[in-house]
Amino acid sequence: MASEEPLFDPTLKKKKPKKKTVAFSEDPLGADADPTTPAPEVIEDHTMNGEAVNMGPTTMHEQLKQSDAAADDGEEDPNAMFGDLKKKKKKKKEIPLDLDGEGSGTSTPTTAPAATEDLDFSDLKKKKKSSKKKATFDLDAFEKELQSEPKKEDGDEDEERDGEHLLNLDESELGENVFAHSEAPSGLDAGNEPWLKSDRDYTYSELLQRFYASLHASNPALLTSTGKRYVIVPPSLAREGNKKTIFTNITDICRRMHRQPEHVIQYLFSEMGTTGSVDGQGRLVIKGRFQQKQLENVLRRYIVEYVTCKTCKSFDTLLTKENRIFFMTCESCGSRRSVNAIKTGFQAQVGKRSKTKPAQ
Amino acid sequence: MSVQNLNTFDPFADEADVLGSTKDVGSQQNYIHIRIQQRNGRKTLTTLQGLPKEYDAKKLLKAFKKEFACNGTLVEDEEMGQVIQLQGDQRLKISNFLTEEGIPKATIKVHGF
Repeated sequence: MASEEPLFDPTLKKKKPKKKTVAFSEDPLGADADPTTPAPEVIEDHTMNGEAVNMGPTTMHEQLKQSDAAADDGEEDPNAMFGDLKKKKKKKKEIPLDLDGEGSGTSTPTTAPAATEDLDFSDLKKKKKSSKKKATFDLDAFEKELQSEPKKEDGDEDEERDGEHLLNLDESELGENVFAHSEAPSGLDAGNEPWLKSDRDYTYSELLQRFYASLHASNPALLTSTGKRYVIVPPSLAREGNKKTIFTNITDICRRMHRQPEHVIQYLFSEMGTTGSVDGQGRLVIKGRFQQKQLENVLRRYIVEYVTCKTCKSFDTLLTKENRIFFMTCESCGSRRSVNAIKTGFQAQVGKRSKTKPAQ
Repeated sequence: MSVQNLNTFDPFADEADVLGSTKDVGSQQNYIHIRIQQRNGRKTLTTLQGLPKEYDAKKLLKAFKKEFACNGTLVEDEEMGQVIQLQGDQRLKISNFLTEEGIPKATIKVHGF
C-alpha cells in the first residue's frame, strides 16, 4: 500500500494540467501513443493486480467502492465533494481505460473480439479529437507534439495558468489528489481475470479481489449505500466590475455544510487575505479577483478543517461556540473536539497609504 | 509497574511550556505561516510570518531575494513580530526552501487560494 501511493502521485501531477484544459489538449498524446497504449495498459493492470498483494481487505473494499476516490485516507472525500464539476472529465478518462481493462482479459478467448471492437472505437474517438486539435493549432503541433504541448498550455491564458500553478501547490500541501483513482481498477469483472486459465495456485489477494468483484457485481446496493458521497455544489462566481468577485451561492453552500455563513466568510477572508461584504441578496462580495477553482480550494480546506469529523471522517457535524471556543460535534459518531479559531494573520499594506490613513 | 493514578501530578507542569510558546512567537502554535495577498492587477505579495527565533530573518530575506529573484522587505509588526514580505507569489518556493533547510514541513502552513 505504501509503495503504491508514490506511484500514483507523480502520474497524477503530470496528468493534471492536461485534464484541466479542455479535451483536445489531452488527446494528441493519446493519438500518438494510440497503437501502443493497449499493451502498456495490460501490463499496468497486471501490476495493479500484483500490487494488490500487499493490500489489506479494507482498502480493496474501498477501491472497489469508489473507483475514483483517492486512496489517501483523510483527504479522499473533500476531493469527491465537487464531483459535479469533474465528472465529465473523469468519464472521458475512464472510457478508454475500461476498454483497456477488457483488453487485459484478452487472454480468455471469449472476450477478445469485443475488446478489439472497443479498441477500434477508442481509435476513432482519439482521431476525431486529434483532428480537432490540429484545426486549432495547426502547424507547430506536428513536429514537437510532446514537447510543445505543455508550452501551449502555459500560453493559454494567464489567469488559467495562475490557477493551475496554485492548484498544484495546494495538492502538494494538502496531499490531496483529485483525480487519483480515476483510473483505478473499476473494470474488475469477475471471471475476467487473466490468471483464471493458468494452472498456478491463486494467491490470497487475487481471490480476495475476485470475491469483492463478484460481491459488488451481485449486489450493487453495497456500493451506493456505504460509499455515500458528500457533494457540495461548486462555488459559482461572478465578477463585479474589475476588482470584485461575487460569490453567489455561499448561503446554499453554508446550508449544506451546516455552518454559519459568518464563520465561513471569516475563514475565506482570512485565508485569502482580503476583505468583502455581504450584499442584499445574501451574496458575498469579495475584494479581488478570484477564480472558481481557487475558491474551491479554500472551501475544500475549510471543509477538511471545520466540517470533517476527524474521528470518523463524517461530514455530519455541528459547530457550536462555547466560551469563545468553537466546538465541533459529530452527529454520526458523537465525538466532540475544539477547532482552531480563525485568525487573520499579518496583513501587508496594499494600495495607497493615503487612502488608509484618513480613516483614523 | 506504573499506575497512572498513583503518579504525582504537577498541575503546572506544562504551564511554563505554554508561556514559553506564546512568548516565542506572537502567532498561533509556532506555525510558520506563508500567506498571499492580491495587489493591483495580477500582482501579489507573499508574507512569511512566525519564523522561529533561531533564524535570522534578515539573512533569510537576503537569501530569498537572491534565490527567487524578487524584491522583499522585513516588516516589524507589533503583534506578529518580524514578517518577511516578498513580491510575487513565492509561497511554493518559500516552503520548498525552508524544507530543504531542515524546517519540518508540518510546521509550515501555506495559506491562500
